[in-house]
Parts: sequence; C-alpha cells; structure tokens
Amino acid sequence: MSLIYPPQSLQAHPLNASPEYKSTLKRAPSQPLILLPHTLSETTGPVFGHVGVAEGDSDLTRQHEGEPLGERIIVTGRVLDEDGRPVPHTLVEIWQANAAGRYVHVRDQHPAPLDPNFTGAGRAVTDADGRYRFVTVKPGAYPWRNHHNAWRPAHIHFSLFGASFLSRVITQMYFPGDPLFKYDPIFQSVTDEKARDRLVSRFDIDTTEPEWALGYQFDIVLRGRNATPLEEPHDH
Amino acid sequence: MTIETKAETTLGITPSQTIGPFFAYALTPRAYGGPELATEQVATDGIAGERIRVEGTVYDGDGLPVGDAMIEIWQADPQGRFHASGNAGFTGFGRAETTSEGRYFFETVRPGGLPGPGGARQAPHLTVSVFARGVLVRLATRIYFSDEAANDGDPVLALVPAGRRDTLIAQRGGDGVFRFDICLQGESETVFFEA
Repeated sequence: MSLIYPPQSLQAHPLNASPEYKSTLKRAPSQPLILLPHTLSETTGPVFGHVGVAEGDSDLTRQHEGEPLGERIIVTGRVLDEDGRPVPHTLVEIWQANAAGRYVHVRDQHPAPLDPNFTGAGRAVTDADGRYRFVTVKPGAYPWRNHHNAWRPAHIHFSLFGASFLSRVITQMYFPGDPLFKYDPIFQSVTDEKARDRLVSRFDIDTTEPEWALGYQFDIVLRGRNATPLEEPHDH
Repeated sequence: MTIETKAETTLGITPSQTIGPFFAYALTPRAYGGPELATEQVATDGIAGERIRVEGTVYDGDGLPVGDAMIEIWQADPQGRFHASGNAGFTGFGRAETTSEGRYFFETVRPGGLPGPGGARQAPHLTVSVFARGVLVRLATRIYFSDEAANDGDPVLALVPAGRRDTLIAQRGGDGVFRFDICLQGESETVFFEA
C-alpha cells in the first residue's frame, strides 16, 4: 500500500514559535522551514511490529513488587491514518508522571512523592485493527516554572512511528474536562479548537471495568492517505 | 489513474506536542536500566561498509547546549536500500539523548546514494528528527557528508540557499569523525525542513 502525505495536514500542528511556552523562545527556529520533497528517505521508516516489546510492557501497574497508588485506568484506542484506516503492528511508546504528579526522571524536582511501585513507561504494538491498550494509573497535574502559578494538566506522553518518517509524531494525551486546559500554553499551542480536541481522551463507560478501572478511549490519527488507484466495483 | 480524494471524510491528524524534559526513562532508558528500542549504534561490526561516527552538540539560540534533546536518525544501507524491519546487525534507525553538555553521537555505516525527485540522484545522507523541551513539533533535518562529491548534484541541497547549505554537511575531522552541530536558532541556525 502506498501512501501520500498532503502538506496541508501539517496545519493541525502547533507553531514551534509559540512564545507563551517560554522554552520555545530560544529553541524555535527563526528561519523559515524549507519544503522537503518526499523521497525514499522520507516515505520509509523503521517498523517495530515484532521486536522490542515484551508482554507486560503495556501494563504499567505490574512492573514492580506491589501495585502503584492512584486511580487505576485503562487507556485504549486505535491508531488510524488520515483516511480512517487502521495502522496495524505499529509501536506506541508512552510515559507519564505518577498519581502524585511526579516523574521518575532524575531532573524532576517537584516535591511530590515518588512511588516505588510505579515507573510510568510503557510500550505496546497495535493489533490488526490498529488497536492498542494500556493499563496504568491516572497521572497527577504538576507545577512548572513557565509563568506564575503554572500547572500542567494531567497528561500521558505518546510516541508513534506509523508507516514512515513522515508519520513520526510525539504528542500528549489529556483527560476530558481538565480545568487547567485554558491556562496551559502547551495545550493551547494548538490553536485550532478541533485539532486541540483531538488531544483529549474520552471517558468511556464501556471500556470501564466494574470494580476495577476507569476506561478512556484515545484514537490517534497519523499522517498518510491512500494513494492507490480507485478500482471500479465491477472489476472484482 | 484516479487518485482517491475523499477530502470531506479525511480525518484530521493528531497534533504534535513537545517531548518535554522527562522522556529519558521511557525512550532512552539506559541509565534507568530499561529496555532500549534503539541506541547510538545503528550498525554492528559485522556489517559490510565504511564504518563512520557522527557526533556533535545541540545548541539553543543563546549558543547554550541543549542537554535534554532526543535525536533520531534514519538511513539507507551502503547499497542505498532501506530496511524497515532491520536485519542482522543493521536497523538503519538510531536514537540518542543528548548529554548534559548537549552532545550526541551515532556509530553506523556510510549510507549509499538514492534516487531522488525528477530522476536526480541524492547524495548519501542521514534523515534526522530533533525532539526537545521547547520544541512543539519535531525538527526535521538531514546530515550530508563533507567528502561526498555527489553533494554538488543533490536535489535537496539545491533547494537550500547556498549560504546555509553548510549547516547540513557534517565536516570530517582529522580523526575521521564527522562533526555535525545542530543549532536550533540564531546566526548559524541549522536548516530545518517542512517534511
């Protein structure tokens, strides 16, 4: 299957020059980007459908002796291309803060407790329908120093490859109705409201498991559209 | 030939967000004892081809090192072939976290040339993604090699203003190492592409 990558789809992304997010001030390129033709270097990419993921990698609540503290959740959804077709056997990597809003990372100095039973890193490979599923705990909101009284809304980082270098994306999944959305310059860096809504997961009672965990659905749409010729139905 | 264009039903893509400062324990977890998907070693010793090392420093607009960036490369093998699933000893894909001094390196084999747009031949190069705190959408660039005569005819380098072309060319030092600094912003800003 051959894919095309219309450049207009990129308009959903934030601008790197988003000055409300202070770290961009010295890190956003000041020169215009140069439009790159899509050669073999861009329309190919690594595929991790069969290697590097162990059975337990998608359950972040079972990576230690005991269970982590916090609200147990299921995060599941489908990885799709722009035509809505599933992207099967593609790697999904996630990482997040613990329920108290603290990352395991050595440079996270937020004075909230680490949880000896929670690292916060997971991996999954999508199935034939493009579906992935993680079990984890809901991450806490946490403060940062972007501006006075700045707090990041609860989020889970997602990293995906898809079919090629062109579909590679790192993003963040948020939780519905978070009161911090309007104060967060990273979330607000996506200026189109519909595009921003695609970063927010959906609570789903049917994904929720009785007596066990709340369920959230989060579909991810990667770049790529069908470029194969239409076939007339009577040809089949 | 008809290209399918059901524009009205096209889904919008999921927007990019920054990798943030705290990715290492998941994406480059060596120091945390976690399993590594990919590393700075793109090819093992057993692979035919010229072994090369590319190294450099990532700088911000003040010329300060960026100590929390992740660099990924993707490349063809010495014959100009891509291996999406990797093969024994060669994946074509590398991933590195910058050190606190902003430094990164990759050890690989020199890629071969490739077909390019309009029948032109592309000079050997690495395809690069730069992720970092403060970078909301990954920055795409390329690493070419200073000792490749084919650079002169490369159709992508030809799109770059002559005065900035050098920012895409790794310079080979006396020790044989290719040096490629990445400047996110400022006077010597690296050329980044809209891909």
